[in-house]
Amino acid sequence: MEHDILIEARGLTRRYGPNVAVESIDLTLRRGEILGLLGPNGAGKSTTMKMLTGNLAPTGGTVKINGIDLAADPKGAKRSIGYLPEQPPVHPELTVDEYLGFAAALHGVAKKDRAAALQRAKQACGLTEVSRRLIGNLSKGYQQRVGLAQAIIHRPPVIILDEPTVGLDPIQIREIRSLIATLAKEHSVILSSHILPEIQAVCSRVLIVNRGRVVFHESLAKLASEAIPSYYVQFSRPPEHLELPGVSAISALGEGRYRIESDPSFDPREALVERSVANGWGLLELRRQTRSLEEIFVSLTSGEANELRKAA
Amino acid sequence: MSPVFAIARHEARRIFVSPLAWTVLAVLQFILGMVFFLTLAQIAAEPGMLNEQAGVADYIGGSLYGFSSILLLLIIPLLTMRLFAEDKKSGSLTLLTSAPASITEIVLGKYLGLCVFFLAALALMAAMPLSLLGGTDLDLGRIAAGLLGVFLLMLAFGAAGLFMSTLTREPVIAAVGGFGLLLVVWLLEAMAYNGNAFSELFRQLSLIGHFEKLRRGVFSTADLAYYTLFIVLFLWLSVQRLDLERN
Repeated sequence: MEHDILIEARGLTRRYGPNVAVESIDLTLRRGEILGLLGPNGAGKSTTMKMLTGNLAPTGGTVKINGIDLAADPKGAKRSIGYLPEQPPVHPELTVDEYLGFAAALHGVAKKDRAAALQRAKQACGLTEVSRRLIGNLSKGYQQRVGLAQAIIHRPPVIILDEPTVGLDPIQIREIRSLIATLAKEHSVILSSHILPEIQAVCSRVLIVNRGRVVFHESLAKLASEAIPSYYVQFSRPPEHLELPGVSAISALGEGRYRIESDPSFDPREALVERSVANGWGLLELRRQTRSLEEIFVSLTSGEANELRKAA
Repeated sequence: MSPVFAIARHEARRIFVSPLAWTVLAVLQFILGMVFFLTLAQIAAEPGMLNEQAGVADYIGGSLYGFSSILLLLIIPLLTMRLFAEDKKSGSLTLLTSAPASITEIVLGKYLGLCVFFLAALALMAAMPLSLLGGTDLDLGRIAAGLLGVFLLMLAFGAAGLFMSTLTREPVIAAVGGFGLLLVVWLLEAMAYNGNAFSELFRQLSLIGHFEKLRRGVFSTADLAYYTLFIVLFLWLSVQRLDLERN
């Protein structure tokens, strides 16, 4: 059955006693998309993913995977998913081949297709060299790759990756990221992370989660095109009072620095330079910056940090 | 192929790649070999103890399988402790729970994998008395009843140990708990001795009484039903326990 919407979660809620870990999250994953789940630690990302993969029963809400209700037909729904939890679910005492062979059998890959499936998954994840090594003897980066291979061995339409680059060194992180980008050509991906550049590097759409709620939901392309630019300017001899026609707001940042906001249709840079020269303000720096994902993230999630600081 | 068999094969493989399984088999075989040898030496020294009612099979089977029941009580919790506890601790249980397999299938698969190990241990136990076939006539029915008793005992211990393993993330706690649970069910027999109102109930619930009959060569469906119920109960409890964890 081909569906354009691969995952559809409505009102997903999870409570642990009086504590609400996740509250009515709506989430949609379409074919060919990479959806990033971004949030500070403890925001409910892992809990959401556990519910999407049927490892945790939601307190409320429904999950439909490839058109199949997860609660009504868990086996049917799980067939469409490959899942890499935070801790790769590997058995250190087995070799890569033994382990992936089992993963294939478990996901119902027919015996005659198993060798080919193993070969393909190992090739995609760069594991061909280590086929006969014990998983326990591999580095963390390679164990992560084994975990990824396990998630794609049955060619599921959706792969769900929970913080796939955590605990890796910078080179391994780059490798895993490029691997994910390659996998995304064949699979739709949900990826969770608390690392912004990671989401920006690979995702097409982002969902910021904070304290169990979705606080921001936008496609990254749209974010870039609709972003309101602001201009940073610094003078060595700043005027007593900076005024500029046509801009919406000017805020002094101290030491002769200002942030200027204006309508996207009006670029005040030329006017700024002319005035600086005419009045002898001594322009040191002038740059344009769009509101980045990081600023959005910080502004949406820092309320909690401030409250915590106050409480402490 | 049903996921049950895939999990069973995988579990059996994991048991046999671990040094624990081989150590257990070696120790089991060494001790039972000693018992076997001592019993044979005793018969050789006093051939007059054999008569119309009690033959070689009675002595060998009786002492060998009687002794093995105590050994199994000590050893099986060590084998079952890893089944779920270790997977929970390392997070690899997620591989099974996010695969298209129900919890019942996961529990059955793990249990069947364990049974493969039991069959290997049983083969070693059967080989010792059967090696005498060349030199003497054996009461094969008697041996078979004893082996069946040992196998049922293994299956029952295995099911209880598996359940204990679902309760915790620490394999050692699962082993201690499994050992304690088995000992309590075993010793229910002792509570039957002082002749209180429930002594018959305790006698029926005890593991040891049902095994004794089979060891003496008496096969009754009541004993078989007891073991079946015991196994089904603990496997069902394991499924319930794992399902609870998901909620």
